Amino acid sequence: MTTPDFVLTADNITKSFGGVHALKGASIGMRRGEITALIGDNGAGKSTLVRCLSGIHRPDSGTITLDGEDVTFETPNLARQHGIETVHQNLALVEELAVWQNFFLGRELTKGAGPFKTLDRKQMKSTSHELLNNLAVNAPSVTSKVRRLSGGQRQAVAIARAAGWGSKIVIMDEPTAALGVQETARVENVINTLRDSGVAVLLISHNFDQVMRLSNHIWVMRAGLAVAERRSSETSGDELVALITGAKAA
Amino acid sequence: MTKIEAERPTTTTSSILGQARQISFWAENAAPIGLIALVIVFSILSPSFLTLGNIRAMLVAAAILIVLAVAQAFVITTGGIDLSISATMTLGAVGFGLAWQAGYGFILSAIIAILTAGVIGLANGLLIAKGKVTDFIATLGTLSVATGLALIISNGKPIPVSSSELLVLTSGSIGIFGYPIILAAIIGVVAWFVMFRTRFGLHVQAVGGSEESAVANGISATRVRMAVYLIAAVLAGVAALLLVARVGAAEPAINTQFLLNSIAAVVLGGVSLTGGKAKIVGPIIGALLLTALTNGLTLLGVSQFYQPLAVGLVVVLAALLTRFQKK
Repeated sequence: MTTPDFVLTADNITKSFGGVHALKGASIGMRRGEITALIGDNGAGKSTLVRCLSGIHRPDSGTITLDGEDVTFETPNLARQHGIETVHQNLALVEELAVWQNFFLGRELTKGAGPFKTLDRKQMKSTSHELLNNLAVNAPSVTSKVRRLSGGQRQAVAIARAAGWGSKIVIMDEPTAALGVQETARVENVINTLRDSGVAVLLISHNFDQVMRLSNHIWVMRAGLAVAERRSSETSGDELVALITGAKAA
Repeated sequence: MTKIEAERPTTTTSSILGQARQISFWAENAAPIGLIALVIVFSILSPSFLTLGNIRAMLVAAAILIVLAVAQAFVITTGGIDLSISATMTLGAVGFGLAWQAGYGFILSAIIAILTAGVIGLANGLLIAKGKVTDFIATLGTLSVATGLALIISNGKPIPVSSSELLVLTSGSIGIFGYPIILAAIIGVVAWFVMFRTRFGLHVQAVGGSEESAVANGISATRVRMAVYLIAAVLAGVAALLLVARVGAAEPAINTQFLLNSIAAVVLGGVSLTGGKAKIVGPIIGALLLTALTNGLTLLGVSQFYQPLAVGLVVVLAALLTRFQKK
């Protein structure tokens, strides 16, 4: 058996908040070109682990290896510079701004020099249009305000934005939690397209059907540890439930 | 009977929808429509209202308010408010007067005026962005501080200023456009450009729209807030020059009317006080409207006592109308 090609590994990550040990030495690996799912009950440590990977928290101990290189992220911006983008549950979109403005928020393209730098609106509009349409079938117009978009369209914009920066890894926290059946299907298409384009996706989801549908590999967390891993093709929803509750040992 | 009842709601709904569409149109364009309406009414009631001389006078009179409204628009777009803006202008004016009196000359005195005003802006920015003090309370405090400082350093007396440069500023004109309104127009154009064509302007709108999302995308809300209060104060310093030029003296007066009108102009211009929705042209038209209102009432011989009443009614009406703006 060949060793899998890991784009990211996290080894023995611990993180405590005061007396609460949220992570007690969790280790996971993400394989290149795959959707990796992270599941577990509330309080299992999923969010804390994800926050360590996206630079929001600094682990107390443990190592994160990205493309064979040891990395530490002091801030979310540094994680981004290393190619790790996160789509947060609240999406971090500004409703009053247009899609293209949200797309480039904080990383706007400019033209001109010195104090006369102006926004390169044309370039930003065409780039965001292209990136969005590569991913989503019913992509909204990039000039419409986010306020006018449906939940699924907003999710698509947030995902396309995260994917649009040559990212290696996109982390998604419950991407379809607030969506209806049809919108969920559309967002799942977006996630699949993203995977097919070579981006590794870390998917946090409570929806077992979705995890089985989308992911290639599943990590199960319980009480601050990654207690089990399974290939999605070799497991079942029942087994996952048993692993999460601890009814079945890894 | 049942049939009639079944039909009635549909008619009512469609007519309400029609009205609502109209109301949102009125709400979106409250300032220009109001301005045109005022011009029509006043030109019917007073033959001297639409004379070139009066238009010129109105535009010059509007200049200070336009500059202050543009300043206020930046702050309000971030969801904040600057109650100290007119007191800052007063302090800047007194700073100019003292520097002029001390023989520093026009340019240096003008720089001192703008720097003096800038100090208040810096204080506002530090208190609100770094100290996390509520904008309302912080600027209420600096309003009082700036007013007090102006009284202290001027000993409560107006400082007469007879600068030839200021004389040119008040009396010079290109056609019917006096220099003050030209200066205000330039500031308006630059402000529009900064707000809608630069990264900074986009960040101002983003912080006002959703600070959390803006920060998550790597924007420093602290820096943006510091900057808008500083911009507002510097513009108040520029307005101070126009004020000294108009009055011919640097007075430590409490210009409360300018504060209320600057906020009123922004609200008339369709900017939401909750932030995120930037407008520059709207507040400028709002400032013109308020000036035309005051001017028209004066021409009609209405007692000055009625002017605050009229301004108040217009602003409350505009605020009510903004509720019907399209989201």
